[in-house]
Amino acid sequence: MTVTFLPLQEMIRAIRSARTQCEERGVIQRECAAIRAQFRQADNGGRSHNLAKLLYVHMLGYPAHFGQMECVRMIASPRYSEKRVGYLGAMMLLDEKQDASLLITNSIKNDLSNSNQYIQSLALCTLACMGSAEMCRDLAPEIDRLLRASNSYIKKKAALCAVHIVRKVHDLGELFTKAARSLLTEKNHGVVHGAVVLITELCERNSETLERFRKTVPDLVQIMKGLVISGYSPDHDVAGISDPFLQVRILRLLRILGRNNEAASDAMNDLLAQVATNTDSTKTVGNAVLYETVLTVLDIKSESGLRVLAVNILGRFLLNNDRNIRYIAMTSLQKIVGTDHNAVQRHRGTIVDCLKDQDASVKRRALELSLALVSASNIRSMMKELLSFLSSCPPELRSQTASGIFNAAERYAPSQRWHIDTILHVLTTAGGDVRDETVPNLIQLITNTSELHCYTVHKLYRALLSDISQQPLVQVACWCIGEYGDLLLTGECQETEPVQVTEDYVLDVLETVLQSHMSSPSTRGFALTATMKLSTRITENVDRIRSIVSIYGSCIDVELQQRAVEYNALFKKYDHMRAAVLERMPVIEKNSQGHTNGETIKESQTVKVKPGEPQQPANQVQANAAFYTVFSIVATVTVYEKDGVTVTLSCEKQSDSGLTVTLTASNSTESDIRGFTLQAAVPKSVQLHMKAPSGDSLPARGTAKLVFTFADMSEVYETKVSPVTS
Amino acid sequence: MFALVANQKVVIDWPCFWVVLGGSFLPRGVYTVLLFKMQFMLLFSRQGKLRLQKWYVPLSDKEKKKITRELVQTVLARKPKMCSFLEWRDLKIVYKRYASLYFCCAIEDQDNELITLEIIHRYVELLDKYFGSVCELDIIFNFEKAYFILDEFLLGGEAQETSKKNVLKAIEQADLLQEEAETPRSVLEEIGLT
Repeated sequence: MTVTFLPLQEMIRAIRSARTQCEERGVIQRECAAIRAQFRQADNGGRSHNLAKLLYVHMLGYPAHFGQMECVRMIASPRYSEKRVGYLGAMMLLDEKQDASLLITNSIKNDLSNSNQYIQSLALCTLACMGSAEMCRDLAPEIDRLLRASNSYIKKKAALCAVHIVRKVHDLGELFTKAARSLLTEKNHGVVHGAVVLITELCERNSETLERFRKTVPDLVQIMKGLVISGYSPDHDVAGISDPFLQVRILRLLRILGRNNEAASDAMNDLLAQVATNTDSTKTVGNAVLYETVLTVLDIKSESGLRVLAVNILGRFLLNNDRNIRYIAMTSLQKIVGTDHNAVQRHRGTIVDCLKDQDASVKRRALELSLALVSASNIRSMMKELLSFLSSCPPELRSQTASGIFNAAERYAPSQRWHIDTILHVLTTAGGDVRDETVPNLIQLITNTSELHCYTVHKLYRALLSDISQQPLVQVACWCIGEYGDLLLTGECQETEPVQVTEDYVLDVLETVLQSHMSSPSTRGFALTATMKLSTRITENVDRIRSIVSIYGSCIDVELQQRAVEYNALFKKYDHMRAAVLERMPVIEKNSQGHTNGETIKESQTVKVKPGEPQQPANQVQANAAFYTVFSIVATVTVYEKDGVTVTLSCEKQSDSGLTVTLTASNSTESDIRGFTLQAAVPKSVQLHMKAPSGDSLPARGTAKLVFTFADMSEVYETKVSPVTS
Repeated sequence: MFALVANQKVVIDWPCFWVVLGGSFLPRGVYTVLLFKMQFMLLFSRQGKLRLQKWYVPLSDKEKKKITRELVQTVLARKPKMCSFLEWRDLKIVYKRYASLYFCCAIEDQDNELITLEIIHRYVELLDKYFGSVCELDIIFNFEKAYFILDEFLLGGEAQETSKKNVLKAIEQADLLQEEAETPRSVLEEIGLT
């Protein structure tokens, strides 16, 4: 049989020298065809060789599933060279999802009992890498046997194999408990390391096992002490630290054992203090051990002195030149900022400095930690830092920073004016990255601070003059100008330099917003309504407003059109109500379903009530609920007064989604009115329950009143009331 | 006996991505399972070519390819002076560049990043000792050796031997065994099988 294929290294060379993807594919296809042919032939000398080629091709991303059965066959071969490559192939091509993986279970079982430890090693390695739950169940007793009666080389591998088995099938942990315990007493570092990893896994899975292994704490402390104090051991030394890998694992196990247990935590206290003080922190490896120590100290029931020591280590890490160490420090501090707040506060300065680091991950950590450290006492200085960070931070962090600033401002604002200033600052710097609720929240805040209305409207007017691209800012500004435009026009302001504007200027600004292509539809809605509101706050240019409003009556945007048409109607038919409709908004209750996304509600003394402006259907209920809040302020409204019959309407909010409307009819004429009934019409989306009226005749001269009650009205849009009399 | 609140979130299509919630610093009394596991290790060149992939979690080929592609892109986009750690999906990625190769490990939430850096460094030292001043070409042309060395150092994602000397000794012995197993034919020797 002649060798008709390329040797492995030649094939690799050929693939690498291919100049195009196409050429490469050609070489690979030829080779794969040859490999397939070889696989089909009976035993030949170059089998492992072929499989190795296939594995290389697989790593480049080409399909290699036809090699799976060959792996199975090779694993069963008596030759070590073939087994070695076969097992490698199994780990690369066969995972537990492939059916073929089950076929190697038997081979593994046989190889686990092989007299040659290197063959046993192959089997153990493969089982630990890709063993499925079934395979694990089948072979667990074998592994247990190997844990007890074999040499160190095998024991350490068997221990880690057992770890994999326990991860796959938690119940099998019971099987290994005894063996794991005895392995701790061995001298071989590899075996002890494996044992510690295994015990950690067992304790994590089963609380009873955890209880049992608590007794090993003194032994673990001994081993650890030996490593820390011992002299130079050339085999396991890394930059002066004796077997750091084992140290880290032992510390981790101590953490698991010490959690929620005073006695165990006490037993390890001294050791942890010793490790924390004696470990050399000039190299990464020392810091790795210190880091694990800190994690352990902070998780167990440690003495306060030890905790302080741990936090100080983290503080030292923060000052380390190595960026990795700083990052680690901040991650850990983040975890304890809730429980050990004061300790972390001491390092606030360094943390804030890290906001200026070049690395985005470090910046992110510093941001989270800084936001967690904001408190009433440091709010002003922290906010300065955060605002300057906001103006220069990477775009992916802006939204988080903005909302963090808002939360902090809300909780710790030293004054209302500071609060409003801060929010305005954020809107000017990062207006595009704030959340939707910011606008109504800010509006609500402004309404509640009546002494600052003048100040706010002046500031916002100025902001609007300089930039109308940041939508949230523009929306709030328009709303304010609409509400408090009169304050703007007085030309006086105590808190800040007042602007000297005429009514025309103000209307110009609003019109610019209306016409700008940068304004979103909802912003334009704000601007139009603000313009309309000004009609009652200015004196001279009402006609200009009238004309603006009528122009928009034929706007393409349906929302704007509807508004304009309604405002037009307000000018024409309902002019007598205009002042009342457009008067100052009352204070909005916080969080009373008051997410008026967009336009706020106008009071109305007509029965026809307009709802708020929800931007999505989800806000519909909220918007309407909000206007119920307004409604509840209205005591009684006279809705019909004619020919001696007076009907008044009063509303009460009974529940979150319901409203009770009471109509009272009285008669001031000389004669009784009989057969007085009420009809109510509501759209389909509304539920209406009409309770029985108190009667059906109105006695003369207002001696009694008829009461009609509508209960549980939800989503009331419009209720036309028309008394029917006979 | 207290109850073990296993606060694991097992995501269905990634059966081994155990996400730890809350981790270690929860209020006392709440007990979560902490998981420390290396999920996979990737070696790739600066051009994004994969040189070694070791997976310790069962995933389909398609998923592996997807992860590899995304991760390679993410790591290659990092600037030279940046942190060696990044958060990616639910995992922590620890990577370090040695000459023209990136060594990249994915570890779970509670694992110690600094010791993972040491593990990567130890593996590089082993390769260096074995090949004698290792370079990327060594790993390309002798990729199966790189795997054998890795498998002698890590088992199931955990370090199995903490002594450099012992790992190298074991590889040496295994290589000898392989040589003996092959019938020494001049043809095979010529084509550089061993």
